[in-house]
Amino acid sequence: MLKINNLHAKLEDEDKQILKGVTLEVPAGEVHAIMGPNGSGKSTLSYVLSGRDGYEVTEGEASLNGENLLEQEPEERAAAGLFLAFQYPVEIPGVGNMTFLRTALNAQRKARGEDELSAADFLKLIREKAKTLNIDAEMLKRPVNVGFSGGEKKRNEILQMAMLEPQMCILDETDSGLDVDAMRLVADGVNALRAPDRSFLVITHYQRLLDHIKPDVVHIMANGRIVKTGGPELALEVEKNGYGDLLAEVG
Amino acid sequence: MADAALKSRPADAGGADALTARLSALDLPKGGFTAPARAAALARLKDMGLPKPRDEYWRYTDPAAFNAPSPQPLPIAGAGPDSPLFEDLDRLRLVFVDGVFDADASDDLALDGIEIGTLAASEADPGHWAADLYGTLEAESHKRVARPFAALNTAAAGDGVLIRVTGKPSRPVHLIHRRRDEAADVCYHHVIRVEPGAEMTLLETGMTGARSSFVLEVDVADQARFHLISAKRAGHQKLGWGGIFARVGAEALFKSFALSVNGTMMRYETVVDMVGDDAVAHVAAAVLGDGNRGDFHHDDTVFITHAAERGESRQVFKKVLKNGAKGIFQGKILVRPGAQKTDGYQISQALLLDEDSQFLGKPELEIYADDVQCSHGSTTGAIDETALFYLRSRGVPRDRAIVLMVLSFLADALAEVDDETLREQISDRLDAWLTRHA
Repeated sequence: MLKINNLHAKLEDEDKQILKGVTLEVPAGEVHAIMGPNGSGKSTLSYVLSGRDGYEVTEGEASLNGENLLEQEPEERAAAGLFLAFQYPVEIPGVGNMTFLRTALNAQRKARGEDELSAADFLKLIREKAKTLNIDAEMLKRPVNVGFSGGEKKRNEILQMAMLEPQMCILDETDSGLDVDAMRLVADGVNALRAPDRSFLVITHYQRLLDHIKPDVVHIMANGRIVKTGGPELALEVEKNGYGDLLAEVG
Repeated sequence: MADAALKSRPADAGGADALTARLSALDLPKGGFTAPARAAALARLKDMGLPKPRDEYWRYTDPAAFNAPSPQPLPIAGAGPDSPLFEDLDRLRLVFVDGVFDADASDDLALDGIEIGTLAASEADPGHWAADLYGTLEAESHKRVARPFAALNTAAAGDGVLIRVTGKPSRPVHLIHRRRDEAADVCYHHVIRVEPGAEMTLLETGMTGARSSFVLEVDVADQARFHLISAKRAGHQKLGWGGIFARVGAEALFKSFALSVNGTMMRYETVVDMVGDDAVAHVAAAVLGDGNRGDFHHDDTVFITHAAERGESRQVFKKVLKNGAKGIFQGKILVRPGAQKTDGYQISQALLLDEDSQFLGKPELEIYADDVQCSHGSTTGAIDETALFYLRSRGVPRDRAIVLMVLSFLADALAEVDDETLREQISDRLDAWLTRHA
């Protein structure tokens, strides 16, 4: 599904290399976690994959189902099936949540040559999905993320994911700012979306999110590279001993 | 180049000769019931003279185009790509062609709770109710800042509506402007009195003249409500000056929202006097300017006076500028001695879609009461890249994402339109314009 090979990237404005050769593959249906200390390049990886301005790829490749992601605009990557759940979902006053999601969904469908969804069909679909995520109708009517609590914002991200049905979902520190209950609700939402043809890349500092979203593979990222890969037990090890021992071990 | 531009201007730009030339190009109506007001306005104008570029409130907008005796002809544009606004709404339509009422094209003026007449047709009535009001609020406004074009309008206006609201009419009144003569220098003057407890909504759309001047005088009596929604089409070479003069009584509400798209040189002055306790006044505008097809210069100058207790005023001005467009905002809140518990708020914001455009904001607060709450803010910025990326990461194409961001930017101004149907129609119109200009 997602293949990243020797990916190097730097900030466009400064001569600062952040990714220094990331290699990673997420097969269809799997959940991979990336853990790592602050400044290791986790969020940068998510931005480079989704096409945010301000980064320059200096070397390496990234592809989704064989398509070169790095040549595509962010909206093309979305239509190709990539989804990034933001660490800090953006507030957009004056644009209704529904309008936003319908615009996004239909733009993706159009880009893929599919029929656009009618207003009625869209409404039916979003109500269904919102219900399973415990999102009330009032929240759908409000402007995108405006006045939402931290938990509501993250649930809204998962709702978008449920509506857009991407193949490759990247969750950038989705657990940040969430209390235990909110985290469980979000994790349940993600788990409900797990499917044989859908993969997840879960970026997190802490092991606790991985108690709820059980990963198949855990990668440790440090200084712009994946330094260790293992099973779920690797996350437990980090939780127990911190990153220090691990990083010392890999040099 | 600057020298050449200076030399090409008459030696006394805005001076006595310019005023003489300006007046001689006009066919000043004698007026019937308005005759004394017109004469007084002319005297005021002669006393003030035309504005000069050095005048405090004309420093950012060169008055030359308004001082000129006549405008350049402006070709009459076709219907345009959009259907007329508010077309499917149940409303009473009054059509003005080059600023002159066209009875044949208009609806029957009879409507319960409201008395509608027109200025030209009412002049012969010596006891007309509007005699007390025509030119009165305009005259009052000069006490603090000279507004020569307002006085000129009172002296020169050929027509306009005279509306007295006594109840709660079932439909809004819709003034529709059309053009016929491509050189028309249009001048009209509306007078509205909303009697105690009465309510009305006034809509104004369409195109007016190669150059236009309007004055709207509104007296909102105690516990009355007046809501103006204006969305006039400007065309690219258009010159326009307009003045709104409102007096707001106790527990009364005055709200105005203007959508302004294009225009070479536009200046709107809004003067609101809150004379009764617990009065509410909201003045808002959404302005879109694309400098690509001619100059774009848009100036909103607002003066709100709190002269009574517990008044609430709100100014919300949003300008979206691109391709060298220029936006001006000069907004003042004056709180008179004794106007305690005043709540005054003012926000002016510009969204610059490129680095060539410019926004100049001049907020002013002048407060002579000690227990008030007044705030103002002004921002100038570009599209928020993080939000833009957020939208694109969900699959929204870049151009569409920018349109959504602009609509988001304008939302606070649009929120000043109370009626949801009207608000949605204006929003759809904005969306269409932005999509075409993306």
